[in-house]
Amino acid sequence: MKIRLEKSLAQNKTSQIVVPVVAVFLALLFCGVFLAVTGRDPFEVYQAMFAGALGSEYGISETIVKMIPLALCGLGIAVAFRMQIWNIGAEGQFYMGACWATWVPLTFPNLPFLVMLPFMIFMAALGGGLWGLLAGWFKTKWQVSETITTLMMNYIAILWVSYLVYGSWRDPKGLNFPLTAPFPDAALIPTFGALRVHYGIFAVLLLAVIFWLFFKGSKWGYETLVIGSNPVAARYAGIDIRKNVLLVMFISGAISGFAGMVEVSGIVGRLQPGISPGYGYTAISVAWLARLHPIAIVIVAFLFAIIHVGGFMIQTMGIPSAAATMLQGAILFFVVGSEILTQYEIKFSNKEEVQDE
Amino acid sequence: MSETLIISILAASITAGTPILFAALGELIAERSGIMNLGVDGMMLVGAVTGFMITVNTGNPWLGVGIALVAGGLLALIHAYLTVTLRANQVVSGLALTLFGSGLSDYLGKAYVGMRAEHTFGKLAIPGLSDIPIIGPVVFKQDVLVYISYVLVAATAFYLYKTRAGLFLRALGENPAAVDSVGVNVFRLRYLYVMIGGALAGLGGAYLSLAYAPCWLENMTAGRGWIAVALVIFAIWDPWRALAGSYLFGGVDALGFHLQVIGLPVSIFILNMLPYIFTILVLILVLIRKGGRLASPQALGVPYDREER
Repeated sequence: MKIRLEKSLAQNKTSQIVVPVVAVFLALLFCGVFLAVTGRDPFEVYQAMFAGALGSEYGISETIVKMIPLALCGLGIAVAFRMQIWNIGAEGQFYMGACWATWVPLTFPNLPFLVMLPFMIFMAALGGGLWGLLAGWFKTKWQVSETITTLMMNYIAILWVSYLVYGSWRDPKGLNFPLTAPFPDAALIPTFGALRVHYGIFAVLLLAVIFWLFFKGSKWGYETLVIGSNPVAARYAGIDIRKNVLLVMFISGAISGFAGMVEVSGIVGRLQPGISPGYGYTAISVAWLARLHPIAIVIVAFLFAIIHVGGFMIQTMGIPSAAATMLQGAILFFVVGSEILTQYEIKFSNKEEVQDE
Repeated sequence: MSETLIISILAASITAGTPILFAALGELIAERSGIMNLGVDGMMLVGAVTGFMITVNTGNPWLGVGIALVAGGLLALIHAYLTVTLRANQVVSGLALTLFGSGLSDYLGKAYVGMRAEHTFGKLAIPGLSDIPIIGPVVFKQDVLVYISYVLVAATAFYLYKTRAGLFLRALGENPAAVDSVGVNVFRLRYLYVMIGGALAGLGGAYLSLAYAPCWLENMTAGRGWIAVALVIFAIWDPWRALAGSYLFGGVDALGFHLQVIGLPVSIFILNMLPYIFTILVLILVLIRKGGRLASPQALGVPYDREER
């Protein structure tokens, strides 16, 4: 008997689910060893994280609150990554979306709810979308790597928001804090009772289903996949790659921009620096771990939100919340590393058969 | 502007450019071997924090630099294992490394925020050379790590273009199958160069926390690792151009700071955007000049699979 790995052409369905799950466990083990080495009890830490995130109504509410931006940005990233367009600018597009959305209530504070919110959503999608489109344009026009431009533009967008809230957008009644005036009620997404969970969750679910149907069923969904996996074949098939890059960067940015609007309108209630603790970056792991599948993105976003909220909760034990970021990075490592396994099948064979090759 | 101001801006350009230069040299070496590592920022952060921690605890900044080199190299080892052995996607693996590195550095450094190290790298004028007008105070009144960076650039260029091993290094990124066919182990060499790249990124981080700042702050690289990645493209994978590019970026950084000191009525946030805007503009300009075709290593980003030779 001999065990060997054999390349399989068709991707194995079960291994596509089993392998990432195993990868997550290995990452937990890896970080557990690290925690133990630095003098913590990993079981105690993980249990505290889990209990903190899911052990109470408050915890669950907070977990969903974090899941919403992660899932939205993850969906936005997936649109681009499917085409192998490495848009890692979700963070900046998130800030731009939040910024453009904020312009609406600051300029027209008296709009009714049914005009205000759609207007804000429109502006956020436009702001985030154009910010993404700019990087897409650099790419199609001069072949500038989108990885670097989108990342540089993250820093620019974050500084831009700071510039506004420390400057002309600062609330005159805000005691000199870098905050805009609070939004009027018409600009706030309603919440469930007294909890912070808000109706943005429905947008997440709706978008995930729309994307799932779109990726699966539409001609365009298929085209973007072909461009990503085989650009030469795509060109021969007459697919306009340039147009698709621009379109994908706009849509990708628009969704992350929308996520920014949802955050300021559903949670913060005004624009201020630091509205995202790196959602746009964490969402990259989310999208990849979910293998860019829209429904899986929502599930993985929930998992990462547990880690995020759990990481916040363990601070009371004197453990930096950065342990959570580390765990997320480790999960991504193991997922990326295990990918090769989904392309292979484990074959058990006798020696004679091997010689047949 | 007075002469002293110009000299101080130029000298500050070199200081501000040095962490980027170390990281860019490292990335250049890794990419020449055919492996792109987008984890530079993460490796710099871990280098910065470990170097600082060791220096605070032992009082020996050289030991700090040593540990930063090792830490950067070890993180790069993870990337090498994933991308060389497991042939994983290099972009995503690098992103994972950046995420992991920023989390790890934050975790390790929590207790060290706001601390001061007793001994760091101060300015050290080279006798004789530092007396040359203008060039002297700009180039030869720096700290010892800057002098090391000068030597390192020259050494890398010599190795790359004038030695047999350097020829293999260049061939690794262009045509690994050819290197394999003459009996050289492609995998082992790629591991080596990716780890050297990581070690240099760690050194760049240590420069920030032990000479430039000198202190530890979470996410203190502020994206310098990414600027280094961009710089390698700008430099068209050439060490001397990487040096020039680093100082150019350092100059933009220093200029923003000096404009603020002079009291120019521009928001600090707008001035802080300059290096990032500049990075994008420079990339665009290089690509326009080269007509969108860069002489990048042909096999960059492509996993090497012996079965598919």
